[in-house]
Amino acid sequence: MNAVFKALADESRRKLLDELHQNNGQTLTQLCGGLDMTRQAVTKHLGLLEAANLVATAWRGREKLHYLNPVPLHEIYERWIHKYERQHLQVLSDLKKGLEDTNQPSKKP
Amino acid sequence: MKNSDLVYVTFIRTTPEKVWAAITQPEFAGKYWGNSANISDWKKGSPWRHVHTGTPETVRVVGEVVESTPPTRLVLTWADPAAPVDVSRVTYEIEAIEDLVKLTVTHGEFQEGSPMAGKVSWGWPRVLSSLKSFLETGKGLNIQAGGGGCGSKQG
Repeated sequence: MNAVFKALADESRRKLLDELHQNNGQTLTQLCGGLDMTRQAVTKHLGLLEAANLVATAWRGREKLHYLNPVPLHEIYERWIHKYERQHLQVLSDLKKGLEDTNQPSKKP
Repeated sequence: MKNSDLVYVTFIRTTPEKVWAAITQPEFAGKYWGNSANISDWKKGSPWRHVHTGTPETVRVVGEVVESTPPTRLVLTWADPAAPVDVSRVTYEIEAIEDLVKLTVTHGEFQEGSPMAGKVSWGWPRVLSSLKSFLETGKGLNIQAGGGGCGSKQG
C-alpha cells in the first residue's frame, strides 16, 4: 500500500490517472500527446504507477495499452474510509438508542 | 474505434486453484460476491449464469463459456438477461508469481452504445477487493452496501 500512496503523491502521476480515466486503454504515444510532459517523464511515471498496480497493461498486437486499475484505490477506501463510516453510523445508532432510553418513560407504540 | 475495455488487476496471496474455485464454485462466491454465485459446469460451450441468491433468486448475468482452462484462464460471454443481444466478454487470467497470484479481469468487446461498461465498472473493483480479502483472510467485504451487483441496475 506504500507504493500506492507514493504513486499518488505526485501531480503528474495523478494527471496521468485522470487522463486514463477520461480515455482508458491508451498507448504511450497517445498519453504523451495529451500531456505536457516528455516521453521519458511519462515512461518513468507509468512505471511507478504500474509498480503500484494503479495502471494495468495489456498488449494488443504490438501496442502496449495502459488501463486505469482502480482495485488498489478500492482497497484504500475499504481500509481507510468505509470502516470509519461504519463506526460513525454505530455512534449515531448508539446515541439514538441512549436518547430514546432516557427520554421515553412510556413504552414505544 | 474507441477502446472501452476495462482491465482490473489484483495480487492475491493464494494459489491459482483457490482463485479458480472462488470464481467457479457457488459456495465460495457467496462469501465474497455479495450473496451471489456463478453457476455452470464450466465446460467450453456450456451456458453460465450469475445469480443473486436472495429470495427470490434472480439471474443477473447470462452467457456462454468460451474458453475454460483450469486453473489459469476462463473466458465468458456476458449479458443482462433482459437484453441478451447486448453481449460483452469477460476474461479471467490467473497467473502464479512466486507466492502470489496475479488475477487479471478484462471486461471488453462492449457493443456500440451499450450501457454495460458503466454498470460493471462500479462493481468489479468491489468484487475483486472482496475476493482478495476473502482468500487472504477468510472473510469477504460487504459489497452490497451502496449499490447493486455486476449485472444489476447501477449506472
